[in-house]
Amino acid sequence: MALLRSDEFEVETTQQAKPLQGLRAYLPYLLAGAFFGVVAIRSEIASWYRIYEMFRFESFHMYGVIGSAVLTAALSLWLLRRLGVRSLEGEPLSVRPPDPGRYRYILGGVVFGLGWGLVGACPGPIYALLGSGYAGALLILLGALLGTYVYGVVQSRLPH
Amino acid sequence: MEWLTQPWPWYIAGPLIGLTVPLLLLIGNRRFGISSSLRHLCAALGSQRPFFQYNWRAESWNLAFVLGIALGGFVAGVLWANPHPVALNPQTALALAQMGVSADSGFLPKELFSWQAVLSLPGALFLLLGGFLIGFGARWAAGCTSGHSITGLAALQLPSLLATLGFFVGGLISAHLLLPWLLLWR
Repeated sequence: MALLRSDEFEVETTQQAKPLQGLRAYLPYLLAGAFFGVVAIRSEIASWYRIYEMFRFESFHMYGVIGSAVLTAALSLWLLRRLGVRSLEGEPLSVRPPDPGRYRYILGGVVFGLGWGLVGACPGPIYALLGSGYAGALLILLGALLGTYVYGVVQSRLPH
Repeated sequence: MEWLTQPWPWYIAGPLIGLTVPLLLLIGNRRFGISSSLRHLCAALGSQRPFFQYNWRAESWNLAFVLGIALGGFVAGVLWANPHPVALNPQTALALAQMGVSADSGFLPKELFSWQAVLSLPGALFLLLGGFLIGFGARWAAGCTSGHSITGLAALQLPSLLATLGFFVGGLISAHLLLPWLLLWR
């Protein structure tokens, strides 16, 4: 975990540092992803139209989806903590605390939003659209990989 | 079984998305977040930059998860394809028509996402630019809509609120100023 500098929030490797052993260990994550992918398409949050409509404040749909998702997740976290539930591997559950710093969240957030408002897909939907066979999603993914790489190059010169 | 191909209302879809957070915690104590996969992919592709020098294999659950998302996209988008176009607010459709974007062709506007658009230079640059901003911004902000606007907000983490406000400000600027301007260049 000492390998990471300012982005520890994303890939902090404290108690969950061990790699998965064997292909079968990946199956639950693959299935969880498939579940999310189906919901992303059926809820139309992966549709460029829905994102554009949201930013024009002309539909409640996206706000309803995000709002009820946050509420459900918050209630689940509260319940899991309250019941002292542990993961399948017996670890106490934890949602890692974020990095200190303010600028990175605001400035990085705006840059992300600029892209989101243009191509109407955040990372989850990009993968879902790829699976649905949309050629455009491949270019978005390519651009996103490039953007990620360039961030890694210029990171130390940006305010965080 | 019509519900498999028909759009799901927000009060079904939202809670299902929210349940992804406890699901990943229960499976293996993982924090729901999707944009990290882009960093792991860069690391796995062999980038030598310090930012990508870490044990990405320890985080490879995330790559299985996004592979699953693509699989789900295939199941819902191809096998259970919805034959109807997205039921947009007519006002939105009208605003789009004035910019030369149709709203009757399906899940995504063909003017931006069809092969024809992808293979044209302005069309390809548009998608690459959007993707670039998403990748760059997500790493700078240490997360995207899933990690911040769902997981972080649910865990009452202040940075996630800042990031979510940023996402929204950027999106408003794009949808109202940048997009109409860029569409003139097609």
